Amino acid sequence: MSAMTEPASAAATRTREPLLSVRGVKAYYGNIIALKGVDVDVHPGEIVTLIGANGAGKSTLMMTVFGNPRAREGQVIYGGQDITRTETHLIARMGLAQSPEGRRIFPRMTVYENLQIGASVDNFAHFDQDLERICTIFPRLKERLQQRGGTLSGGEQQMLAIGRALMSRPRLLMLDEPSLGLAPLIVKMIFDTIRDLNRSEGLTVFLVEQNAFHALKLAHRGYVMVNGVITMSGSGKELLANPQVRAAYLEGGRH
Amino acid sequence: MAKANNRASEQTAIVEQGLAPALKEAAFAALVTFGLCIPIVAWGTRQDLNNRLILDQRWDAVAWAVLIVFIGRLLVSLNKQRRSAGGGPLVSMPTALVPAMARLLPILAPLAIGFLFVFPIVAIFGSGWQGSIKWIDNFGVQILIYVMLGWGLNIVVGLAGLLDLGYVAFYAVGAYSYALFATKVIPATYPALGVWAFWICLPVAGLLAAFWGVLLGFPVLRLRGDYLAIVTLAFGEIIRLVLINWVDFSGGYAGISTIPRPSFFGIPFNASDSGFAAVFGLEFSPLYRTIFLYYVILMLALLTAFVTIRLRRMPVGRAWEALREDEIACRSLGINTTSTKLTAFAIGAGFGGVAGAFFSARQGFISPESFTFMESAVVLAIVVLGGMGSLWGVAIAAVAMIGGPELMREMDLLKPIFGADFDPTKYRMLIFGLAMVVIMIWKPRGLISTREPTAFLKESKSVSGSLVKEGHG
Repeated sequence: MSAMTEPASAAATRTREPLLSVRGVKAYYGNIIALKGVDVDVHPGEIVTLIGANGAGKSTLMMTVFGNPRAREGQVIYGGQDITRTETHLIARMGLAQSPEGRRIFPRMTVYENLQIGASVDNFAHFDQDLERICTIFPRLKERLQQRGGTLSGGEQQMLAIGRALMSRPRLLMLDEPSLGLAPLIVKMIFDTIRDLNRSEGLTVFLVEQNAFHALKLAHRGYVMVNGVITMSGSGKELLANPQVRAAYLEGGRH
Repeated sequence: MAKANNRASEQTAIVEQGLAPALKEAAFAALVTFGLCIPIVAWGTRQDLNNRLILDQRWDAVAWAVLIVFIGRLLVSLNKQRRSAGGGPLVSMPTALVPAMARLLPILAPLAIGFLFVFPIVAIFGSGWQGSIKWIDNFGVQILIYVMLGWGLNIVVGLAGLLDLGYVAFYAVGAYSYALFATKVIPATYPALGVWAFWICLPVAGLLAAFWGVLLGFPVLRLRGDYLAIVTLAFGEIIRLVLINWVDFSGGYAGISTIPRPSFFGIPFNASDSGFAAVFGLEFSPLYRTIFLYYVILMLALLTAFVTIRLRRMPVGRAWEALREDEIACRSLGINTTSTKLTAFAIGAGFGGVAGAFFSARQGFISPESFTFMESAVVLAIVVLGGMGSLWGVAIAAVAMIGGPELMREMDLLKPIFGADFDPTKYRMLIFGLAMVVIMIWKPRGLISTREPTAFLKESKSVSGSLVKEGHG
């Protein structure tokens, strides 16, 4: 697999300022601590993955970047700006898009309308162009444009969630478990799409996954989270080879 | 042949087998009805001329109620059994009617609107010069007020998904704005504007109501569902209680009377030489004003519908609907949910306010009695029964809910059955309840529950299946 060889561009950007930098973030749900001081950096042009077990705090970290829940301590810096206290919808307007956990498409609205909502961030300035682009990336969606979101299959809904996020022309795309509940073939197709977007357009991707094998194979770098703390980090290859990671997340030697 | 026979006998077997449990269910429902009816229906009290309390026994009404529930429940149970057994239902509800109507909508829509425009003429030909007032006023104007209220509330509840139980507050704000401006402010400042009062105050009432909508919106921004419903319910009551108790401002229970009626763009509808009839060389009749009012409310209602249709296709309308579906997803896609909610409250309330101003101009008298929670409940029932978000559904529900009781009063053939003093408006709550139950069983998401997409694509954009890669299913 060619994905194992790291693109030179990503290595070159490593020295630059990170696009997203999470520094010592602590987040709580009420009195329950979910993130116990997390540091994560995402550099421009990278695919970074965050793996971990259920309830480790992966999704919480992603939502905390979007200010819901807000970080009680620490800082979230995006593009050199402190967004720790910025309102969620304003963060979305800064070129940060997400495909949330459980996809959260609008089920009663058509695929076309879902994509329109994704484009409302930049006031439909290049809606037609972007629609064409999404339809090229996901031909399945093009077929289904007039169908209601709720009638799509799980895989199509995931494509829609990613497509909707891409409509805002983000600099950083955050994906929360895009493989959840999908057939292996679709997972492969979606991961291939993410890789293509990263290669051809230099899109920076932050990927939260439970499917550690696929995620680490795809990503340039990875973080492992346990109970609200980052316990390991390294390149995708390193983590894949790490015996602890193998034991904890790649158990059974499926691959 | 043998197979068909076999199947038929199988069917009857199932029905026979199911009759006992169905009877049991029906008997149980009848028993519950009987229990409920004893305190509510069986004994009625009234005061006679000597101020004594008289106890009326109405066991016949109880018997009717029990019988109706028994038969109704029996049919429902049998229907359910037939359906689960794979057979056709015993009594089929016209479920296919609604989609068929939806398909006919492009033809029905202009017809229905055309009928609304000629309705006064039809009424005059149908029941004469004098008799038509009742039809135009009690049916036409009355129903259209509720259609407009329903469409206004539809923006808040149907599109934005914010359950508002206090919509009547904005209706009251609009009504009192017009009443106070027209009876106090304008005569005290520019009396010459008197004849134009209605036309000046209509937008003012709308704006004031919209302002109050925003005012209500702020504290409830973080609330949803049940909690939002409770707060809006309280808001509606607060407005009514303020109107009752702030006597200097609103006249309290006595209300405001002699509210100026609308003019025909400056020409008043009266018997004077400068009145409408004299100016146009007609014989004076109160019918002209009624017809004029009818067209005014028709235009206002159509304006509401037009604005709703336009807004749904604009980013703000789309944001409302997205908000109804998923608030968190909205926010993470860059939609400002605060302003989205506030615009929904403001625009919905604004239309309620305009309807209120029209109401007070038509009545000539308003008091807090007209703005009870019952009104909010009626309008909400219209929106829910019609199907949240559907303009057609809401209009049909308004006709049924408001026109239905009025029509029943007109029907002479009901008199011999229920007695000469039968007044169907007394049974309004009963009819509401019944309609709710029937709709819940038959169409749980309202009369017209399919949401119409706001964007239609040209053929060229759709791709045939053969062009799409296979294997990604």
